Amino acid sequence: MSNKAEILVIDDEAPIRKLLEITLQSNEYIVKQSATAKEGFVAATNHPPDMIILDLGLPDLDGHIVLQKFREWYTKPIIILSVQSGEEDIVKALDNGANDYLIKPFRTGELLARIRSCLRTKINEDNEPVILCNDLHFDLVSRIVKKKNEQVKLTATEYALLVLLVKNEGKMLTHHYLLREVWGPGYINQSQYLRVFIARLRKKIETDANRPEYILTESGIGYRFVCPEPHGKEG
Amino acid sequence: MINLFINTVSKQRQYLLSIVAVSLVSVICYALQGYIGYKFVAFILLVTVSLLAMSFDILPVFFAALLSALIWDFFFIPPHFTLHVTSGEDAILLLMYFVIAMVNAVLTYKIRQVEKLSRLKEEKAHAVKLYNTLLNSLSHELRTPIAAIIGATDNLLINDLRLTTHHKNELHGVISKAAFRLNQQVENLLNMSRLESGFIKPKKDWCDINEVVYSVVKRLEDNNIRQSLNININHAIPLVKSDKGMLEQIIYNLVNNASQYTDTGCTISITALCDNNVLNLIIADDGKGFPIDEISKVFEKFYRVNHTKTGGTGLGLSIVKGFTEALNGKVSLENISTGGALFTVQIPAETSYLKA
Repeated sequence: MSNKAEILVIDDEAPIRKLLEITLQSNEYIVKQSATAKEGFVAATNHPPDMIILDLGLPDLDGHIVLQKFREWYTKPIIILSVQSGEEDIVKALDNGANDYLIKPFRTGELLARIRSCLRTKINEDNEPVILCNDLHFDLVSRIVKKKNEQVKLTATEYALLVLLVKNEGKMLTHHYLLREVWGPGYINQSQYLRVFIARLRKKIETDANRPEYILTESGIGYRFVCPEPHGKEG
Repeated sequence: MINLFINTVSKQRQYLLSIVAVSLVSVICYALQGYIGYKFVAFILLVTVSLLAMSFDILPVFFAALLSALIWDFFFIPPHFTLHVTSGEDAILLLMYFVIAMVNAVLTYKIRQVEKLSRLKEEKAHAVKLYNTLLNSLSHELRTPIAAIIGATDNLLINDLRLTTHHKNELHGVISKAAFRLNQQVENLLNMSRLESGFIKPKKDWCDINEVVYSVVKRLEDNNIRQSLNININHAIPLVKSDKGMLEQIIYNLVNNASQYTDTGCTISITALCDNNVLNLIIADDGKGFPIDEISKVFEKFYRVNHTKTGGTGLGLSIVKGFTEALNGKVSLENISTGGALFTVQIPAETSYLKA
């Protein structure tokens, strides 16, 4: 399947733009480039791309403001690519509507995986009653989760947390978001609940709870559900 | 010895002590007047002033010299109880007394100044040495990977046609490895400067220690660690309220350090347990251990154990210490009797009643 999605890269560093151009083109994306926020706004308004990859450290405007301005009208995915590794920056960008956040230096495979998952139509938007992911099987109608064809026993809260993660497959979900959605607005600072329930879910659905493949930790930010490529053919 | 008191006694006290010392000695001499002559008293007073000069500032010593000269003149030189001096010899003696006392004061003061200067010089030399050590290790640590990257890319650019696929793959591997090494050094430097600036504030939140340890283990395994890891986490360990990023960095640096200085095939063990609201992290290896006389220095910035071969900026362990202390904890190092080094990190932390 050809990707053919058009991606606008806004980054002031020429080598990074070059690198992204090669990486993306060789994966069959169409790449447009802008070196400043101003150029980026013009390029995006003239011809809205399918996705924007945005650097936060642009010379002419603070990246967080650039993101806010885009989010006033641009609804497609925005991935932040920044040297800023502070949790505040990441949470702020996600709160401001970024779909994902990668810290420079980044791994190419990681970037491509995030792009794919952002471009994929969200699973819940399809209203599919059944979601499959390797040896996991989620039946959202009968509320049954199976691993290797065996039913996984989940409490109501565990199920709610897992489904929320699965429906946002590939997306980084912040602690606050998860606590608010699953436990309620009064619980957003009760992160110990989240830790405990994530640990329980991992014991139930991961092959090795200490080396999770599905529920990944984003240190200091939150969690992300991923559906990794099965190893070999036996998956 | 010479500056025994100078830093601890204030100027006012120095004056007071001078008066007390001179008066006391004078009173004793006055009481013994039947046994000692007034010329001998001069020597005793001179010794007193000289002793004061050894530790006091120049002005209090001048004051003591003047006071003792007046006392000697008034109470001891005949005629008594007057400043009047009758014989020419006594007049010369009094003058000489005063001059000797002054010279004494000035000379000791000068010696002290010279000492101070040389101490400052020493400190400066030490700072310069530290700076050079940093520059040396930094330029080595940064330049080596840069050299590898430049060399490898040059090869790929110029020699492209002559290289086999195997060689090309190897060169790509070299570039990738060097870049990671660079990144890690930059990370270390950033952490160190954050610590130095005092800007670092732990962000405490509930941590699942299993998650913390295994995320470090994954990082180490991704870097193809050469030793086998033995992980031992108490299964009843509660959630701990601490800074997850700092805990990870502490464990990572300790294991990474052990991995750099032990041989392939050694075992590094990571133990985590929680006792009375204190999180204990124990990282042990079965390598050679540390030279006994250097154990106390390994946490110092830029310190590197003598005769260690490659790599390392001497920052890893000082970051461990800095982060541990930022979390109100302490870190210690000992050698294991059967061989190897054992680091213990103890961090006080609130624990949760919730069990995972």
